[in-house]
Amino acid sequence: MACIDARGLRKTYGTMVALDGIDLKVEEGRILGLIGPNGAGKSSALNAILGLTPFEGELKVLGLDPWTQRDQLMSDVCFIADVAVLPRWMKVSQALDYVAGVHPRFDRAKAERFLARTTIKRTSRVRELSKGMVTQLHLALVMAIDAKLLVLDEPTLGLDLLYRKQFYDTLLNDYFDGSRTIVVTTHQVEEIQHILTDLMFIDRGRIVLETSMEDFEARYLEVMVLPDQLAAARALRPIQEREVFGRSILLFDNVPRGQLAALGEVRTPGIADLFIAVMGARESRAQRGPA
Amino acid sequence: MTNAADAMDPAALDPPARPAPAKTRPFYWSVRRELWENRSLHIAPLAVAAICVVGFVISAIGLPERRQGVLALAPAKQATVISQPYDVAAVGLMLTGFVLAIVYCLGALHGERRDRSLLFWKSLPVSDLTTVAAKISIPLAVLPVITFVMVIATQLVMLLWTSVLLVAHGMSPASTRVDLIQGSVVLAYGLVTCTLWYAPLYAWLLMVSGWARRVPFLWAVLPPLGVALLEKLAIGTTHVGNLLLDRLAGGFDAAYVPMAERAAKTHQGIPQISVDDLDPGRFLTSPSLWAGLVLAAAFLAVTVWLRRRREPI
Repeated sequence: MACIDARGLRKTYGTMVALDGIDLKVEEGRILGLIGPNGAGKSSALNAILGLTPFEGELKVLGLDPWTQRDQLMSDVCFIADVAVLPRWMKVSQALDYVAGVHPRFDRAKAERFLARTTIKRTSRVRELSKGMVTQLHLALVMAIDAKLLVLDEPTLGLDLLYRKQFYDTLLNDYFDGSRTIVVTTHQVEEIQHILTDLMFIDRGRIVLETSMEDFEARYLEVMVLPDQLAAARALRPIQEREVFGRSILLFDNVPRGQLAALGEVRTPGIADLFIAVMGARESRAQRGPA
Repeated sequence: MTNAADAMDPAALDPPARPAPAKTRPFYWSVRRELWENRSLHIAPLAVAAICVVGFVISAIGLPERRQGVLALAPAKQATVISQPYDVAAVGLMLTGFVLAIVYCLGALHGERRDRSLLFWKSLPVSDLTTVAAKISIPLAVLPVITFVMVIATQLVMLLWTSVLLVAHGMSPASTRVDLIQGSVVLAYGLVTCTLWYAPLYAWLLMVSGWARRVPFLWAVLPPLGVALLEKLAIGTTHVGNLLLDRLAGGFDAAYVPMAERAAKTHQGIPQISVDDLDPGRFLTSPSLWAGLVLAAAFLAVTVWLRRRREPI
């Protein structure tokens, strides 16, 4: 049983199509990065998966229909949708009491251990904590829940670099155990590249790229091309070309590594660069339009 | 933690490696969280009770001397004069509870959408039905109980203070003819009938709170008023207006023996109600009551439906 299994998943708001019939399959134990521009349909997809919104098409999460079986599903699914959704009036101790009181899979001792590593006081109210501390608190609550699926929608938006790095390190070291599944969306793609097992680009309600990270590393290569090799490199039809400090960097799709090694230094591209290349190509195709 | 079983047999819903789910009490904790968030629910009645006690203590200066004069009055008149401050405290606290219920209902489902905490509540396994049930239990159960306890406590303090003053002056505290047992029966009856009568009002406010994007108060008040106005101006009849007025003020007529037939009367505008004035039979067979309760159930069903679908604003 796949953790998430969608076929022809569609979501419209009036005449606006947010999800245009996507097929999506996420197996158990994967960490999927869902990347797309604003308004691409990421949040619509996550809201459908979390049973927050009705949808058209077929969708099963952990074998359940998230819209009609949400109450049952939420014992095994957890999410951080957006930063700072913790109620501002709540005390840290109340948050612990409440989650322990309503969640059958919450390990309070574990949450306490996470909190002990921070400077968060039990008696503080959420409104008295810094944005970074609120995220730490939310993460402590969520990580102490033995969920099968964790969904993170822009979990680190607006946090400084230290908190962002700490967030993902903690998630990977203390939470992910190979059997849980994590779906994460973020604009800070370069920071999550090393933790992902799968990658998906979504644009205007459609999936435009879907790959495992192993395939990604095998398929896409970036070459810092020496000036005298530029013509030869261009002949191999790079999907993107950019200049950094006067050196040309060309991004190739499915060109053997050996062939590229002769042109310059070869390396795995960043997700961000591939994203720009893929989206840029779509953009220019869209502008040319039907001839 | 070993989750190998999960990996080998993903179909197994509860592999032995996974600890058994802990017992939870979602409704209880949902009510607790309402009380945490809305601290005015207990602070305001405490404040009003404190005001009642302070006012009473000030009025009790020279009470023993005045009591002599009161005791010279006819027995019925005595009871009325002596019990009046107790009634004022009870009415004040009941009114406070009513205002708190209205304010609470209007904010209950609007606030969590406005501050986006809705997304946190929804990330936990608490159903929308449980959430709405917990929220409506505040005006229907929690506030009446708080009001009852606060009224009885306030009256006890007043009675104790009076007795201390009287005994200090060598008088018998028994001259304070306030029957707290009978009083608490009347109070409980008043709270239960009021609550049942206003149930559709609270449910309506909660529903609007879950629906309106902005200013739930206006959305709650103006549409019914508009319909009543439209009816009056367009057709000249006042059915809607009468219905609304009956809902706001008709509970007393339905729950008590009509004023004209009553033994006890009013004193300085405050109705004196004794156990004999209660009319539970007529109240419970009043079609208005049951129509209101059905309407309340319908509003609550819509509220659950809205809670399911509404997003943060």
